[in-house]
Amino acid sequence: MKRLIAALIACLVVLTAGTALAETLRIGALFAVTGPASFLGEPEKNTLEMLVKDINSKGGINKNKVELIVYDTQGDVTKAKQLANKLIKNDKVAVIVGPSTTGETMAIIDDAEKAGIPLVSCAAGIKIIDPVKKWVFKTPANDQVAGEKILNYMAQQKQKSIALLTVSDGFGSSGREQLKALAAQKGFKIVADEVYGPKDTDMTAQLTKIKGAKPDAIICWGTNPGPAVITKNVKQLGIKIPLYQSHGVASKKFIELAGADAAEGVMLPAGKLTVYDKLKKNDPQYKILSGYDRDYRKEYGVEASTFGGYAYDAFLLIAEAVRKSGVTPDKIRSGIEQVKKLVSISGVYTMSEKDHNGLDLSSFVMVRVSKGDWEIAQK
Amino acid sequence: MNLSDQIIQFLLSGFATGAIYALIGLGFSIIYNSTGIINFAQGEFVMLGGMVTMFFLTSLHLPLPAALVGAVAITTVVGVLFERLAIRPIRKPTPLNLVIITIGGSILIRGLAMLVWGKDTHAIPGFSGEEPIQLGNASLLPQHLWIFGITTLVIIVSKVFFNYTISGKAMRACAFNPRAASLIGIDVRRMVLFSFIISSAMGSMAGFIIAPLTMTSYDVGIMLGLKGFCAAIIGGMSSGLGTVFGGIILGILESLGAGLISSGYKDAVAFVILLLILFIRPQGIFKRADSERV
Repeated sequence: MKRLIAALIACLVVLTAGTALAETLRIGALFAVTGPASFLGEPEKNTLEMLVKDINSKGGINKNKVELIVYDTQGDVTKAKQLANKLIKNDKVAVIVGPSTTGETMAIIDDAEKAGIPLVSCAAGIKIIDPVKKWVFKTPANDQVAGEKILNYMAQQKQKSIALLTVSDGFGSSGREQLKALAAQKGFKIVADEVYGPKDTDMTAQLTKIKGAKPDAIICWGTNPGPAVITKNVKQLGIKIPLYQSHGVASKKFIELAGADAAEGVMLPAGKLTVYDKLKKNDPQYKILSGYDRDYRKEYGVEASTFGGYAYDAFLLIAEAVRKSGVTPDKIRSGIEQVKKLVSISGVYTMSEKDHNGLDLSSFVMVRVSKGDWEIAQK
Repeated sequence: MNLSDQIIQFLLSGFATGAIYALIGLGFSIIYNSTGIINFAQGEFVMLGGMVTMFFLTSLHLPLPAALVGAVAITTVVGVLFERLAIRPIRKPTPLNLVIITIGGSILIRGLAMLVWGKDTHAIPGFSGEEPIQLGNASLLPQHLWIFGITTLVIIVSKVFFNYTISGKAMRACAFNPRAASLIGIDVRRMVLFSFIISSAMGSMAGFIIAPLTMTSYDVGIMLGLKGFCAAIIGGMSSGLGTVFGGIILGILESLGAGLISSGYKDAVAFVILLLILFIRPQGIFKRADSERV
């Protein structure tokens, strides 16, 4: 027994000595790989593992090997907090990617700030970076940007009055607040403001009321399956008012659920990954998007998702920072903050002291459903 | 669209949703009436009905009728296994034990469904197309007619079964007094098994007729189960028209509440009704306190 312990200690000494000698960049990642938010966490984890494997086979970033430590938070705020502390105190990582959801991210911001470890979140909530926190960044575009994209498009179509139909969860209520604020700012009139539950199965009552209010357009804000049910209900009620959906359903799954027939003509702002095959070949993002989708398919057998793209963005930001400034947490942080025009999956990042997201309207394109597929309505 | 047209649409939508709640509620009341158990796994039978149909249609490419029969068969097998493995082995079946076990069972079934079919939502095509049917200024889908038809059929069949067949009467006897029933030679345990067979089959039917409208995923059973339970409570746990009216009242109130008051309070409507009924008329709104069940 004593010998065993001695051997173990010897092993540990060798191991820790090994890591101390080589210049290794330790990236910690917190993703909701299982649990209700696994549709976010799973592709994020897959993407990050794929990228780390790839970069190590090419000799690392600036010859620094990358070591990835991924923990599964199961979408649980308490777990996220414990695991974040574990990454910081035990694993001594230089930077943390994730968590997948806004709630989890908000819970660990304090820990990252106190320890001085940069946190690159893959969650979309605007409160993560507003107000700006020194050590915290996020890769997905703000929901507000998607809303603004819709309203700009509507202004072009001379649509003036809006009916809102939003889901009563965090995504829907924050979308509702922001749309209302933006609409007031841009001079739109909201003539109906309805909500539905995430598990509701029939929204004809809300839509009948909306039909009575005669808006120029309906904006629905939610994630599947609600928007698909609404799209079907709109068809059932014979409503001819243009229907906009949020970027929350920008995947083929939405068309599949609603049916190509009912979804015909539905418009939404989508990240470019969804429609990269329809982009012009000279689009700055075309090459990286098609490459990501191809590699992801080869590695995991399914198409790449926007959510996995958030982890891709995080990795590119970190790699860029390490290349330009260095591997310590402090240098990574200032490196990310200085990123200019970095072409990635979710858009082209330009960070600054005041903007820790770095994306603008150009990260979305307006798309329309046509014959069961997307077509680009407007750049 | 003026207010009266809107109200007609609210009523129609509510009626259609209510018929679904009624069908799920019947599954609750049948098991309750023959065993005294409130089976909180009933919602999972509904989920299985939709998911198994989806699986047969998309993965095995069976024609629709075969997929539906298959869905009922598999859900029934799950119902039987559930009764055999979870309900029957209990030595002292107190109501609390049984409730906890059925809740546990429902979590298990949901978890297994998640592992088998993943967490995605799936769609099933309508049985007779998706072209809406106009009724004046209101509209329905062909699938709604299937829902009305199957619900009516299930009610008639269950009424006949419980009132005119030996097995049906035996099941009612077990509900009244299991001990007396076993004294006159009724195999009580077998009747319990029967009730699970019937209600799981019924649940799966509810699952596949609503899936084309509402879509299906591994976790649809929770909310549908709760709404069905509400319907059964409003109807005083009767396995006949009481629960059907309970479901329809619930559906219509929800739809009117969402349309005329505020869509934010739609689910609150259902649960406020449930609480009011439990406080004021725990025997349901359609019967006297001491009347016969079934």
